[in-house]
Amino acid sequence: MTMDTELRLDGNAVAGMLDEVLSVEATTVVARCGTCGEEGALGAVHAYVHCPGVVLRCPGCSAVLMRFAQIRGHLVADLHGVGRLSF
Amino acid sequence: VTSYRPAEVREVIRETPTAATLVLDVPGWPGHRAGQHLDLRLTAEDGYQAQRSYSVSSAPEDGGPAVTVERIDDGEVSPYLVDEAQRGDALEVRGPVGGWFVWNAADGGPLQLIAGGSGLAPLMSMLRHRQRSGSDAEARLLLSARRPEDVLFADELPGLGIEPVITYTRESPPGWTGYARRVDRALLEEVVFPPERGPRIFVCGPTGLVEGVAADLVALGHDPSRIRTERFGATGG
Repeated sequence: MTMDTELRLDGNAVAGMLDEVLSVEATTVVARCGTCGEEGALGAVHAYVHCPGVVLRCPGCSAVLMRFAQIRGHLVADLHGVGRLSF
Repeated sequence: VTSYRPAEVREVIRETPTAATLVLDVPGWPGHRAGQHLDLRLTAEDGYQAQRSYSVSSAPEDGGPAVTVERIDDGEVSPYLVDEAQRGDALEVRGPVGGWFVWNAADGGPLQLIAGGSGLAPLMSMLRHRQRSGSDAEARLLLSARRPEDVLFADELPGLGIEPVITYTRESPPGWTGYARRVDRALLEEVVFPPERGPRIFVCGPTGLVEGVAADLVALGHDPSRIRTERFGATGG
C-alpha cells in the first residue's frame, strides 16, 4: 500500500466540518463528479485530511471534488470539481 | 449547524492495553444513531487546539455518548485520551455527525458487520442498538484482530445474541482452531451472508482492509449499494 492510500479516508471523516460549512448533514448528499460524472454520497468519497486543509476526491476517477482550507482566518471552500449536488 | 459544545469525561473504561472507552457527559446532546461519530476538540493551556473524529461505540439507548479510542503511539491526541484522560476532564464535542454509515433497527436485516481492529467501535454501537431495541434482525460479525488481547469488548461480544467470527492475523490463543489469517475472499465467502440474502454490509477498519474487503465483496456478487465503508486510515492520532 502506498502512503497515499494509507492516508485515504472517506467523506464520513469530515462530516463535522461539512455540517458546519454547509449547515446540512452532508454525508448523505449526493455529489456528481464534474470530471467523470460518477455520482455518490459524500460520505463515501475519498477524503484526504492530512494536507494543509481537506481534499475530497472522486472514488471513481480521483479528480478533486472539493477543497477546504483556513486562509487568514477564513474558511475557503473550492467546489469547482463538483458537477452537481443533490440534497 | 452543528457546533462544538462543552463536555466532560464521566468515566474511563480500559478496554485493551492500547484502547480505552470514554463515556462523555455532553449537555444538550441530541442523541445519535448507531454508526455516527463525533468530533472531539482539546484545547491546551497555551490555546493550541487539536481535533479528531471518533466513532460512537455506545448504543443510542445508552444516553450520553461513549467513544472508544485506540492509542496511536506518535499521535497527538489519542495518547492523552487513552492514557491520561480522567473523570471530570473538560473537552469539546461536535456532533453527532454522519448519516451515511448508519444502521437503525427499523432498517432490519440481514446485517453483516465486518471490522478490522478498533473499526469495531461503530459496529459495536449497531450491535448494542440491535440488542437494546429488541430487534430480531439477523446479524453476523466478522472481526479481524492481530492478537487476542487486541479484541475490543471481548467480554461483551459473546452476550450480544450473535456468534462473532474472529480471525487472528498475528497471534492466536492457545489451541485456537478458528481462522488465523487476514480476511480474504475465501473467508468472506464462508462467513458473510450470501449475496442472495441481500445483507446490509458495514465495513470499518484500516483503509487497506476496508478497500480489500469491499472489492472482494463486490467480486463475490454483493450489491455495491448495500456496502457501506468507513476507513479510519492513519488518522493522525
